[in-house]
Amino acid sequence: MNGMSLIVKKITQLMAGIIFLYGVYVMLHGHLTPGGGFAGGTIVAGSFILLIVANGIRVFGLHREEQLSSAVESIAILVFLLLATAGLLTGAMWFFQNYMPHGTPGNLVSAGLIPVYNLVVGTEVAAALLTIFLGFVIYKAED
Amino acid sequence: MVLFIMCFILFLVGLYGVITRRNLIKIIIALSIMEYSLNLFFILIGYRKGGEIPILKDAGAVPPVVVDPLPQAMILTAIVIGLATTALLLAIAIRLYRKYKTFDVSGINALKG
Amino acid sequence: MEALLPLFVVIPLGFAFITALLGRYIPLFHRIAIPLVFLFLSVLSVWMMANLRETVLTYMVGGWEPVNGIPVGIHLSADGFSVLLLVIINSLAFLSAFYSYAYIEQYTSGHYFYALFCLMVAGMNGVAVTGDIFNLYVFLEIAAIASYALVAFGIKKEELEASFKYQVLGGIGSLFILFGIGVLYWATGTLNMADIHKIIGSTAVSPGIVFAGVLLLAGFGIKSAMVPFHSWLPDAHSSAPSPISAMLSGVLIKSIGIYCLLRFFFNIFTASSQVAYVITTLGVASMVIGAFLAIYQWDIKRLLAYSSISQIGYVVMSAGIGLILLCNHGDIHVAALAIFGGIYHLMNHAFFKGLLFLNAGSLEYRLKTRNLLKMGGLASSMPVTSSTSLVASMAIAGIPPFNGFFSKLVIIVAAVKSGFYGLAIIAVIVSIITLSLFLKFQRYAFYGKPSESATTEKDVPFSMEGTMILLAVCCLLLSLLIFPFFRNLILMPAVHALMNATI
Repeated sequence: MNGMSLIVKKITQLMAGIIFLYGVYVMLHGHLTPGGGFAGGTIVAGSFILLIVANGIRVFGLHREEQLSSAVESIAILVFLLLATAGLLTGAMWFFQNYMPHGTPGNLVSAGLIPVYNLVVGTEVAAALLTIFLGFVIYKAED
Repeated sequence: MVLFIMCFILFLVGLYGVITRRNLIKIIIALSIMEYSLNLFFILIGYRKGGEIPILKDAGAVPPVVVDPLPQAMILTAIVIGLATTALLLAIAIRLYRKYKTFDVSGINALKG
Repeated sequence: MEALLPLFVVIPLGFAFITALLGRYIPLFHRIAIPLVFLFLSVLSVWMMANLRETVLTYMVGGWEPVNGIPVGIHLSADGFSVLLLVIINSLAFLSAFYSYAYIEQYTSGHYFYALFCLMVAGMNGVAVTGDIFNLYVFLEIAAIASYALVAFGIKKEELEASFKYQVLGGIGSLFILFGIGVLYWATGTLNMADIHKIIGSTAVSPGIVFAGVLLLAGFGIKSAMVPFHSWLPDAHSSAPSPISAMLSGVLIKSIGIYCLLRFFFNIFTASSQVAYVITTLGVASMVIGAFLAIYQWDIKRLLAYSSISQIGYVVMSAGIGLILLCNHGDIHVAALAIFGGIYHLMNHAFFKGLLFLNAGSLEYRLKTRNLLKMGGLASSMPVTSSTSLVASMAIAGIPPFNGFFSKLVIIVAAVKSGFYGLAIIAVIVSIITLSLFLKFQRYAFYGKPSESATTEKDVPFSMEGTMILLAVCCLLLSLLIFPFFRNLILMPAVHALMNATI
């Protein structure tokens, strides 16, 4: 379980950053183009999983990383719930109320809270997928 | 209509697999096949001939025919749920393998009757 | 008051993840905070019930008002039946969580237990308050997935196997439900329950809607463990930790099985007598076969699980009789009586079956066995467990003055009044079999010769004793619901909510 050859390691190290950025791009443009939080989150998780697969399971401190990603997951959901519940406190008293200024359709900063939701959902999905993957890897490593 | 019927056949293939296979992993695969057939079915419900993606490109310019976005949103949610179910099933199948050293259902029989 | 509806989902969901985050570092946090959360929610739901009466609340998530009378966005709605279910879910969740305070010490990583518990309750509350069929599916799956994980919580051989079986059958059920929802959306073009009812009512019966009805009946039949689909229930309910068994048997099969079934076939589809006969037949089959299968069991929790199938059969049969009468334009008062009996029994069953599973949990906690043959003579060493389980056994067997007697009486009277004499006789016979079942339980567990292999000096810790006493008091107090004042306050709004759309 020492990972793959040097070529694979080097290439994945170069590619992982680009894949990560592409995931963030998909998340941020969720309200303008097809895609959004879930699709972007899976891409971001893919970049991490690629690194782990290429470099072998002994490279990272897997347990620490698993704790971190599950903590990030919980925090992301709590932020999402807080944002949604804050709608109850604004004037109109609706849960999930889109209380931020809407802006002009088509701009990157528009549609009020939806890009923020997308970002939070993306973080949550990425962390959850990574947690599931690490859970399986840790279980395998205990053999 | 042919596509809908083929979706239904795929669903039945999955159901047949769940009922007849005796290997845990194959049962999980069959469940996934059932799920994918439903994903296809939902996308087919939302399809409109010549429809565009249901996204507002410029302010005010609405395309004449768009596909129904609601089944797409629904199926995205269903995929997430399917992911959770499959991950949990696999985790339990692996743990069962470690206890019994087999994936065969007939070897896993602590609960009978 | 509408603005309170989302809180029933948000609060448990939020606490599930706070627990997952903090429980690792603060050991006592979840054991104290989670019961308090459920106490708050049950007080809130009782308050809503007292104020709601016959009105229907509708809440538009995100403030999406209907456009030209067509609802857009997700609606939450609460009528008498959903609020009744909220009261049952949250009060039983409070009691189980309080019981777990001592019980959970057997397991490591208790914070995951509480996190999953909160997720399950969030899902069930969501099923109760939602007014949108796809949203119902999502909440149903949240509750179901959390319960799959909880069944496997002990990660021993039996638990893993039971969980796998439960997941495969539950997964098929969920997919049937999803398929049904898809066909329904295809046929009507909307997901809102009230809107679907309006569209189905105004058009002729189309094959698509009938197909959706069949799929949904099969799906919810699997989820509520009606007899041809029951094989997962005894394994899953007996393998879970006992507070979870109490939740699964007491609440989960009702909220994601029976509640959805009644909601769909009373309030969404236009009722047809064929469907009503099928539902009644399923109910009778579950009632009889569940009781007969239970007799042969020597494992306490398997015995209780089979008896759950049988008791659920009573609820379904009674609601089915009501639906038959409504479809055939029979006496509306008898129909109301039958549905009242069903809902009353549903509420009673949640409490006495919850109590019985907690009793079984107490026995397992002290004796480390679930086999009835290895017990005996425990009445003197475990007085609280023994006396509360006697109360619950009498309630479930239908002995006055406990609640089970009155609800079974109402069901039998309704069956006689509607002309189904055979069903009334079957119900009486099954009740006698149930009595014999629980005499066996009492005889082998608490009376008779003390066995050498399993003895204990003392009863269970305080939190477990307190919960069992509270539930036993509930079993006695719920029989007050037969009086018109309490009946009109608590149960009749639910009956009217179910009947209004069908008439």
